[in-house]
Amino acid sequence: MSDKGMNLTLKIWRQKDSKSKGKMETYKLSDISEHMSFLEMLDVLNEQLINEGQEPVAFDHDCREGICGMCSLYINGEAHGPDRGITTCQLHMRMFNDGDTIVIEPWRAAAFPVTKDLIVDRSAMDRIQQAGGFISVNTSGNTQDANAIPINKSDADKSFDAAACIGCGACVATCKNASAMLFVSAKISQFALLPQGQVEAKERVDNMVKQMDLEGFGNCTNTGACEAECPKGISLENIARMNREFIKSAVLKDK
Amino acid sequence: MSVLNSKVPTGPIKDKWTKHKNDINLVNPANKRLIDVIVVGTGLAGGAASASLAEMGYNVKSFAYQDSPRRAHSIAAQGGINAAKNYQNDGDSVYRLFYDTVKGGDYRSREANVYRLAEVSANIIDQCVAQGVPFGREYGGLLANRSFGGVLVSRTFYAKGQTGQQLLLGAYAAMNRQIGKGKIKMYNRHEMLELVVVDGKARGIIARDMVTGEIERHSAHAVVIASGGYGNVFYLSTNAMGSNVTAAWRIHKKGAFFANPCYTQIHPTCIPRSGDYQSKLTLMSESLRNDGRIWVPKNIEDVEGIRTGKIKPKDLSEDQRDYYLERRYPAFGNLVPRDVASRAAKERCDAGYGVNATGEAVFLDFASAIQRYGKERAYVQGHKNPTQEEITRLGEQVIEEKYGNLFQMYEKITADNPYKTPMMIYPAVHYTMGGIWVDYNLMTTIPGCYCAGEANFSDHGANRLGASALMQGLADGYFVLPYTIGDFLADEIRTGEIPTNLPEFDEAEKEVKDRIEKLMNIKGSKSVDHFHKELGKVMWNNCGMSRNEAGLKDAIVKIKAIREEFWKDVRIPGTANELNPELEKAMRLVDFLELGELFAVDALHRKESCGGHFREESVELDGEQKGEAKRDDVNFKYVAAWEWTGNPSEAKLNKEELEFNDIELKQRSYK
Repeated sequence: MSDKGMNLTLKIWRQKDSKSKGKMETYKLSDISEHMSFLEMLDVLNEQLINEGQEPVAFDHDCREGICGMCSLYINGEAHGPDRGITTCQLHMRMFNDGDTIVIEPWRAAAFPVTKDLIVDRSAMDRIQQAGGFISVNTSGNTQDANAIPINKSDADKSFDAAACIGCGACVATCKNASAMLFVSAKISQFALLPQGQVEAKERVDNMVKQMDLEGFGNCTNTGACEAECPKGISLENIARMNREFIKSAVLKDK
Repeated sequence: MSVLNSKVPTGPIKDKWTKHKNDINLVNPANKRLIDVIVVGTGLAGGAASASLAEMGYNVKSFAYQDSPRRAHSIAAQGGINAAKNYQNDGDSVYRLFYDTVKGGDYRSREANVYRLAEVSANIIDQCVAQGVPFGREYGGLLANRSFGGVLVSRTFYAKGQTGQQLLLGAYAAMNRQIGKGKIKMYNRHEMLELVVVDGKARGIIARDMVTGEIERHSAHAVVIASGGYGNVFYLSTNAMGSNVTAAWRIHKKGAFFANPCYTQIHPTCIPRSGDYQSKLTLMSESLRNDGRIWVPKNIEDVEGIRTGKIKPKDLSEDQRDYYLERRYPAFGNLVPRDVASRAAKERCDAGYGVNATGEAVFLDFASAIQRYGKERAYVQGHKNPTQEEITRLGEQVIEEKYGNLFQMYEKITADNPYKTPMMIYPAVHYTMGGIWVDYNLMTTIPGCYCAGEANFSDHGANRLGASALMQGLADGYFVLPYTIGDFLADEIRTGEIPTNLPEFDEAEKEVKDRIEKLMNIKGSKSVDHFHKELGKVMWNNCGMSRNEAGLKDAIVKIKAIREEFWKDVRIPGTANELNPELEKAMRLVDFLELGELFAVDALHRKESCGGHFREESVELDGEQKGEAKRDDVNFKYVAAWEWTGNPSEAKLNKEELEFNDIELKQRSYK
């Protein structure tokens, strides 16, 4: 296997905990294979730091196949790095060149406080989901047959496309307003497009938007950066749909 | 007489579950409010169980080591979920799904459990659709199905290549509804490190807050372990980096028997490894075998050319290729079960036909499917004489609709375009059929301690069929455990809250604190990963796709040596009172290093080949099945449930004899 053996300079955000002040630190790495994933490159750095008796860099990661949404990282000013349609764990070193300096920062948003180094607290996103990101149906062995309600394939496909969101927070990190509209609208759209979800559509959009605002996320000004950086290609159309759902709910106020 | 009582209800198999549900003690709704249940893990089994138990009225405390319950590794399951709906009218039924699962598991699973699984499978699909899970649909608006390895019907429901994600988000949404109501208290970034047993019953856990390092006590009337499988004992696997055996191993050491640890599934279609720095292996869904044909060059002279890139795969004509699965197994072809497909790939690569530089890769080729689909679509669109280019373009379009995200993932990792050149694949550790022994109620050998999903041993025998893991996780979590746990909890309505100042909590907490302190004080010279990789190499070489007596004995010696070295020389930077990923990894490796040994002990004692466990000493010597795995029903038709006695090599073997009343035992044949 051919190895280019890249030499790299890394500038990485280090912060002991949420209460401490952080700063950028510089590290040198040599002989990095182009076939490595970005996180494997960080593994190599950490192995080196441990062997030198230093503290390794803390970063979030788990599945390392682009689906769990745990990995983050703002790399050279881009959420999930320079490639498109992928998460940081799927980014490979062939996207970089020998001699490059790579700047690695955590997600930056008021609603995402830094926990340590490159790890941030994204529990605000969970709380938005807890406010209404569900269909109120209990577990029972007696729900109606799955094929009882045919669903237009195009709607089902669009619902799936919205549901593909992995909740990583790249949309928030990349937005100049730190808005979570793409994330929230994806869940609202998934359910708004299905007959099962339409029953409580009004309560859902009201409650989720309210919680989103409470958490301190910014507003949407239609720059579209979120869509461009989203590893799952969640469409801006979802934000438009959420706005329609929100207005519909306001107009049809019945209480 | 075995100490194990499976508590399988009497009566005909098709009535057992219904009868059992009628016989189970119920807890009245007012009393459920007085009962706490701990659930460790928020994957399909744990998430579904948490949500369902909370809906029923119990107070649930759920634990996840990730920052959100949505990130549990069930999310990575790609292909689909089986259910006996027979929507395709191809003759499917509860019995057939039951039959396929028992046969696929090489007759090493408990018949009654599998039947129940098949029985509730249809409810799962109904439930998920009601929750808003966007399954793939046909143009008529009804649900679509695909076929999966090892069966002859189309019963697999799917959401593109992200079925696990969509099902898990369904369970996560159900959990969120209960978290919002305060019925589930969610503990993210918490890792269970010990079980607390009071008067013989599971009454709580000791957990570490992974952000602050604080050691916490949590009490409950029952504890459910749904912490997934232990594939990471191999270091490299398709599991998430954090997937671990700790919760399961800790209950094992407190009295829960560990069943069939050697039953591991090596999945045939993963992206081959590229170097020593490799941290994990990525699965390419088995659904690809519906359309991909697996081959290596027929002539050994062509192999070198392929490896060096002098010959391109498409330069080899049909008769220069060896479609070895189609050749060896004409009836099932590329759709043989995973264990069979994996061993066949290893056989070709061991014979020197591997197609990449490491010699550990075979081709998965979509060229025929692209042509076939292209012609079909051209016809549908009214092109009676389509050009070759048109056919290819339309065919690629169909393939993209079916597998787009998988092809994209493959290209991002390897920088090869699988529409134009065949994928390279090789088997990798994927799923562990073994796990904590449970009875029909999913209760372990510790009263009040339950185990669900991949963490238990129950339904897949020695080999799991594709699209059955999601089915089992959700069956356990939504439809089995919430009922069966009532049988135990019905006696707990007068117990009252379990205090956390009992001596048993003191003792368990001290054990955890001592373990952490001991690890932090080693201050050795090598990283945790160094030892984990060493363990992984031994596991893969000696306990992997094929096993023999000498290799397994060697593994036991080597694993012990690695464990000793680890406890002398591991270096964990930082402190225990902060977020410390190296400490987390070390705590998990402590348990993998013990489990690995029990794994080898189990594999050594099972002198037959069955499912994912292939013993080189046990193969068919002649006839049509020559060279295929040979099962030994006379001596090994039992579940090996190991009891902790203080040391993995001295674990005590308890046997649960398997009875097959509704299925005839046959040697598996996919010819």
